Amino acid sequence: MTVQTKVILAVCYIILAPVVIGLLDGFDRKISARMQGRKGPSVLQPFYDLKKLFEKEALCANRAQLFLIRSYLMFIMLSGVLFFAGYDLLLVVFALSTSAVFLILAATSTHSPFSSQGTHRELAQIMACEPMELLVAVGFYLATVPRTFNVEFISKSFSPNIIYLPGFFIGFVFILTIKFRKSPFDISTSHHAHQEVVKGVTAEMVGREYALVTLAEWYESAVLYGIVGLFFMSRNPFSIVYAIIAILVVWFLEIVIDNTSARVKWQLMLKLAWGVTIIAAGMNLFLLEIIRSNIR
Amino acid sequence: MSTIHKSPWLLHYDGSSCNGCDIEVLACTTPVYDVERFGVINTGNPMHADIFLVTGGVNSQNASVVKQIYEQMPEPKVVIAVGTCACTGGIFKECYNIKGGADTVIPVDIYVPGCAARPESIIDGVVKGVALFKEKAAKLAASEKAN
Ligand code: SF4
Repeated sequence: MTVQTKVILAVCYIILAPVVIGLLDGFDRKISARMQGRKGPSVLQPFYDLKKLFEKEALCANRAQLFLIRSYLMFIMLSGVLFFAGYDLLLVVFALSTSAVFLILAATSTHSPFSSQGTHRELAQIMACEPMELLVAVGFYLATVPRTFNVEFISKSFSPNIIYLPGFFIGFVFILTIKFRKSPFDISTSHHAHQEVVKGVTAEMVGREYALVTLAEWYESAVLYGIVGLFFMSRNPFSIVYAIIAILVVWFLEIVIDNTSARVKWQLMLKLAWGVTIIAAGMNLFLLEIIRSNIR
Repeated sequence: MSTIHKSPWLLHYDGSSCNGCDIEVLACTTPVYDVERFGVINTGNPMHADIFLVTGGVNSQNASVVKQIYEQMPEPKVVIAVGTCACTGGIFKECYNIKGGADTVIPVDIYVPGCAARPESIIDGVVKGVALFKEKAAKLAASEKAN
């Protein structure tokens, strides 16, 4: 890829990610409502919500909070730019983890009991998800020939990497439910309005601050869906179609899981996430090594 | 064009209601009435709420709570008193601990009568509240521009 294409892809990500993810979110709410026998809001509802939040009065608990939230957004956007411009996958994962630190700092800066409780849950969630995210990067590294973390090379591999990495894919899709803040219901902050810890880490974020967090989550979702698509990318130009289909299937699967696992708690999440990571990704890693050493 | 009225988030607080009105408020979110089709979300967080739904009268113990919730809500905000108790104190009015309706501690914008208030009238009140919410938002925006 030339530098120009990289810049165009990065700009496309910054402009299009919120539009696409916002729309997917709107359809998500519509489909969820239909599954529950309701009519549901307009598909543009997430955009109305975001716009309203920007128009509300600014009631900052302290000035540091807004700065920390902006840093959270910046780091997520950085990871997205690195990913879609085809740079290092490991760097993408690290930028995502760094962003989470800013969210936690923003939440703890207010000393509200709900935010603190949410922070503890957020840390548990990071413990549940982070191993899998890192393993996915390692999986791609081991599967591509020659070995590389470079997203551009990975997306142009000879055959789609899902062939070598089915276990990693299962594990990654599993943690997406947590990453998208859908299930368990007592997660650090849920995309559902009512939950056990009020709104957890976002409980004290008012108006614009909450809007920025929502926007950051949309940008993050775009990166995560991008990684889902990366499993299906190959030299074949049509592979992008398979990648999009895979992303839509995963998106629908998440809606189904969300609507059928309403009573899962975070303790189970931690156990399940690690269990699936160790079994699915661990086995896959083991087999991959055996296959590779035989080829050599 | 302002679309602020398309996303009214509710906060429901049970003052000292008999639970009759609360059940009706929750009934509004069920498939039969489905208030979410108006973009309404029943949030549990005052800081994210636009419309404050109070059921039941205010007593000396929860007066400060009602006031605090109201103060935590960012502008523009609308208060709706749901049920006769929240409007005036209702059948509990004469009790030693009851101060009266919600308007004894915070300014109430819309009164929804009924014991219990029916879901249809609650939705009616919310729709009126949403119109008022839009008006208040426009006023707030105008005053911000003037400053
Ligand atoms: S108005 Fe009637 S139903 Fe509603 S809280 Fe009062 S007594 Fe109960």
